[in-house]
Amino acid sequence: MSKPHVIVIGAGFTGVATAHDLALRGCDVTVVERGDLCNGTSGRTHGLLHSGGRYAVKDKESAVECIDENMILRKIVPQVIEPNGGLFVALDESDLAYAEQFIESCEECHIPLEELKPDQALKLEPNINPKVLIAFLIPDGTFDPLRLALAFAGTAKHNGAKFHTFTEVGSLLTDGAGNVTGIKVSNRASGKSEEMRADVVVNATGAWAGHITAMAGLDAPVKPTPGIMVAYNQRFVQRALNRLNAPGDGDIVLPQRRMVVVGTTSFDAEDVDYIPTTDDQIKLMLERGSELIPGIRSAKPRGIFMAARPLVGGGSGRSMARTFKCYDHKETHNVDGLVTITGGKATTLRAMAEKTADVVCAKLNITTPCATKETPLLSYRQYYATTN
Amino acid sequence: MTENWKITLRVYRQKENQTSHFDDFQMDVNPDEYVLDAVERAWAFHDRTICFRHACHHSTCGACGMRVNGVEKLTCITLIRDVTRNGATLKVEPLRNFPVVSDLAVDMGVFYRKMEAVGARAVLPVTEAEIEDPPSKWDAEDSQYIRLSDCIECGLCMSACPIMATTPEYLGPAPLAAAQDQGLRRKPELLSVVDCEDGVWRCHSAFECTAVCPSFVEPARRIMNLRVQVVDMRLRKLFGKA
Repeated sequence: MSKPHVIVIGAGFTGVATAHDLALRGCDVTVVERGDLCNGTSGRTHGLLHSGGRYAVKDKESAVECIDENMILRKIVPQVIEPNGGLFVALDESDLAYAEQFIESCEECHIPLEELKPDQALKLEPNINPKVLIAFLIPDGTFDPLRLALAFAGTAKHNGAKFHTFTEVGSLLTDGAGNVTGIKVSNRASGKSEEMRADVVVNATGAWAGHITAMAGLDAPVKPTPGIMVAYNQRFVQRALNRLNAPGDGDIVLPQRRMVVVGTTSFDAEDVDYIPTTDDQIKLMLERGSELIPGIRSAKPRGIFMAARPLVGGGSGRSMARTFKCYDHKETHNVDGLVTITGGKATTLRAMAEKTADVVCAKLNITTPCATKETPLLSYRQYYATTN
Repeated sequence: MTENWKITLRVYRQKENQTSHFDDFQMDVNPDEYVLDAVERAWAFHDRTICFRHACHHSTCGACGMRVNGVEKLTCITLIRDVTRNGATLKVEPLRNFPVVSDLAVDMGVFYRKMEAVGARAVLPVTEAEIEDPPSKWDAEDSQYIRLSDCIECGLCMSACPIMATTPEYLGPAPLAAAQDQGLRRKPELLSVVDCEDGVWRCHSAFECTAVCPSFVEPARRIMNLRVQVVDMRLRKLFGKA
């Protein structure tokens, strides 16, 4: 009997991790992506390997997901990670008032933390604001966004998954009852169109998930929520910095190669194919970023960009949960053959893939358990080096 | 007040089995935007068939290398102001010495296989990294801290190198720099990979690689140093120390 065929739409973090998981479970996997890998939200993440500290107070579910996945990614894909920890820094009374619930929440979410006095914090990171009142060291990290995706994709490719990049979905193929049986795609490099049949189609298009569900006449479960990031041309810190307070604008500064990246903002948007940057948001990043690291004022911007988070559930912006949702549209809308995964964070890509692959495998009566927690990924270069 | 320039974005186009040509797009731009912003807008609002590679938009992934008005640039950090002027043309072409997938997108396969063949380090202990402002002395525990490598494998050096253009078998600047970074004494198995016809001696010291490198690798300096390392290894062998 031939292997069941699963098409994954989207080669961002969720898509490539899902392809990897399904390939390990014995599926014949085809990934289609309208650009090259990570051209949407995933590539433009700031690269914070969350410990969960940022969400511990308000969103414990996300926080626990983050710390668990953080530890797994350090083991399976150390090739793309700077596992150097992070500091939550208090600079004023309001930050100090947040400390108690921060400590309690981190303990509840089993996020290890170490309290640092100002002189200890400044010894670790001499360029942070000397007015630091207290800091907490937690197991945050940073990662290279594209290479994280390449490692999953390269391993999936090694295990037989096929990748069709510059390949855009035009419509879904359906049977007489409206169930999804495949996709119709056009290839931007060749100009050719073709139909691809599948036992299940996975919609892993993140902030664009609504475009695909609309092709099946279904509602969008996702709200695109962009935010700005500004990279400056000096690496002021070796660890991820967070302001010790409820998540807000411009309160994260990350080292990335010889830069720091300050992020971010949060607003609603409909069409996120191109999101212009705005002068007021750039200015805000400078103001907020230089509160954490005064030296940023004398640095130069090196890259400025917007990325659209795919948030799920009710509410808006910062109040929305950062967890993820996987929808079997057979259950939500009585449309078989289509599964949508969206929401979540880069840090939780593997868990999102596990959940999605569980849903897909249940539909296909595949009982092979998930093996991605224990499977080290191959070199990220395998994605481009492997031909299949 | 944001400035507004009118430019002609001239994009190299090549589709499967067709001859290449240029398409012109008249665009309003802010000169303080990046070249990649203009290319992305041309795709978003003018022509959805344009193929190009991009991911991080801040010079950490190395995907968006192109030739901009004839010079290799990482387009996500190249300000429009620095490469053209109001009313003028901004020409974008794919990197040289790579197979073109379509339009501005090139195939990184051969290059990545070379980087893998020399075991190029993606991450390294900070104590072994060339960093901006190193301490006078590292503490013992500092070796636990990890840095992503400076080289982002963008391929600009491979495109600018005059020897690559004549000899595809040449290992090329980034792979040789990656060998130098590891050191031949530490990785003696790399000696035969670099001390050969298509290795470290092929370089003609044009220094084009260093001129275009957007990520502080300085491949030419590293190639010169790698030659010293090769001679050192040969001498050690001669005196029975290898």
